Amino acid sequence: MAWDWDKLKEQQNHRNRERIPPQMDEILDRFRGTNFKGAWLIIVAVILALLAYSSFYIVNAQQEAVIQRFGKHVRTAVPGFHLKWPYPVETVTKVNVREYQTEVFEGAAEQVAAGDYTRDPDTANVTLMLTGDLNVAVVPWIVQYRVEDPVKFLFRVNDPIGTLRDLAESSMRQVVGDRNIDEIIIRREEIAKAAQERLQSELKEADTGILVKEITMKTTTVPGPVQPSFNEVNRARQEKEQMIYEAKEQYNKAIPAALGEADRTVKMSEGYALDRINRARGDAARFTSVLTEYKKAPEITRTRIYLESMHDILPRLGKTAVIDDKQKSLLPLLDLSGRGTVLPAAPPAAKAEAKK
Amino acid sequence: MNAKHVAAAIIVVAVLVAAYSAIYVVDEREQVVVTQLGAVKGPAVTEPGLHFLIPFIQTAHFLPKNLLQWDGEPGEIPTAEKTLIWVDTFARWRIYDPIVFWQSTGTVENALLRVTEIIDPAVRNAIASYPLIETIRTTNRSMEILDEDVKEVREAEPQAQVRVGRRQVMGQIKQAADASLKGFGIELVDVKIKRINYRKDVRDSVYGRMIAERNQIAEKYRSEGKGEASKIRGDMEKELKRIQSEAYWKAQEKMGKADAEAASVYAEAYGRDPDFYDFTRSMDLFRDSLNKDTTLILSTDSDLFQYFKTNKPR
Repeated sequence: MAWDWDKLKEQQNHRNRERIPPQMDEILDRFRGTNFKGAWLIIVAVILALLAYSSFYIVNAQQEAVIQRFGKHVRTAVPGFHLKWPYPVETVTKVNVREYQTEVFEGAAEQVAAGDYTRDPDTANVTLMLTGDLNVAVVPWIVQYRVEDPVKFLFRVNDPIGTLRDLAESSMRQVVGDRNIDEIIIRREEIAKAAQERLQSELKEADTGILVKEITMKTTTVPGPVQPSFNEVNRARQEKEQMIYEAKEQYNKAIPAALGEADRTVKMSEGYALDRINRARGDAARFTSVLTEYKKAPEITRTRIYLESMHDILPRLGKTAVIDDKQKSLLPLLDLSGRGTVLPAAPPAAKAEAKK
Repeated sequence: MNAKHVAAAIIVVAVLVAAYSAIYVVDEREQVVVTQLGAVKGPAVTEPGLHFLIPFIQTAHFLPKNLLQWDGEPGEIPTAEKTLIWVDTFARWRIYDPIVFWQSTGTVENALLRVTEIIDPAVRNAIASYPLIETIRTTNRSMEILDEDVKEVREAEPQAQVRVGRRQVMGQIKQAADASLKGFGIELVDVKIKRINYRKDVRDSVYGRMIAERNQIAEKYRSEGKGEASKIRGDMEKELKRIQSEAYWKAQEKMGKADAEAASVYAEAYGRDPDFYDFTRSMDLFRDSLNKDTTLILSTDSDLFQYFKTNKPR
């Protein structure tokens, strides 16, 4: 008897844990107490109830149900209420085929840089990759996928999600391995696309029944220890620009000022020119006027001008010496220590007469 | 409860047990090797569904039919150029001959040990017989240099080319291992390199190289900045000289022209009577240049004094 009960219990546990009739122990007790015939009836009733319960199933909107008859896949059911042969003839496995799931491939770059890879290779960051130019890049990414074919997903591969992770890593590394660090840092979308294509074809080849919706790249970068030197380049670039700006500033300060100064010089020369010409014209006009009058009476005008000029000049002079034309030597008579212009007004005379 | 009933119940149970032992269910994921008293009986059962055997004499051994994983332990392997790298591989395989498989290994756990024993050296051999680049790159696709900072430096060096590439290296591993695994009824579907990373010391030197490259670029920028700033200052100096000299030139030209015009005005005017000009100009000169500091020595012989000694005209 015990065997039958175990079987039944196992079956119930297996099928539907929460629906275990709560009065099981009660039935058991009653069974022991009652007569044999009644017990049989109860057993049959319970078995029938369980058979009835395992003869239908409900598939949610996001799911598809895979039905196996004695282990063999016979049909796949869409969402809704369905009938089936009771356990153990047919079994149902429901698979979520609508909802997208994500697998994340990332880790802190700093952690890896600090960690000792030689001692504990397993802690190596999933994102640390060798690039096509033999540099090291940090490439974190996310795979979004859903089950496209529940039959393949269930039956073809032992561990479809593990396979997805392995293939995702090898696909991404293959893509990264064929690109240089520049492309990895700058062309993320292109890498995501290439990796997605690669991964999808691998998953298809492996018959996983998984459809990759999208691979999303997070920020790709260089490893932590290298990062400061990249920042240093940015800083140097800014310094360069600053130096250029400073020089330009200086240029822009000096040149307009010089242009102004040059303009002033030219303007001054123009002023000079005007001044010079106007004065010349003035002088000429004056001369011409005087000349006109002079022409009318040359002798008298000449004498007048001469005498007027002398009259004007002589009183202003510091010292005037009048020497007689017979005076032979005038040196003894002169004190030439005083500053001023000495004009020998006439050829040396023989006699001199000093006058203050 | 009488003895008759008990006997009936025992018989029913015995029949049920026998019936239960005679049937077995093969899942989509499974295949079965049936043995009869220890010896393999008939072909393997690969078709899922309900199957029968003779109770107590025949035994069903369930083996997986679907694709199985093998995840290698990461190992340190030197490449052809003796760079030590960590290589982490994985493989996928299936039991293609369940009977051979069952006879040679028996269980998946045992089989995985065999797979490890065979794939590990194959990986080691393949990696060690190629330069690192061959296991990194798959194709010789031209890598575009997008970093303006290093364009000049990088474009100068040729891009590493591969002769075989990762896919072929992996193919070679697979080929080498597959042949040996066939004997275990195992079909190796593929072997893939999951991760390749530098060993720490190598990685540090790669980082060093990357840092050095960046520093070089930074220095390049700084000196470019200095150079360009000097160039701008030079331009400025030149421009200043040009502006100043052009201004000087223009000014002198204008002044010269003015001087010339003035000269011509003077010449035109004074030319009418040079003597008179000479006379008047001399008067002006005397008036302007003689002052109280001047000592003038005049001879009575001069015109000024013609009436000094006499009242008669000379």
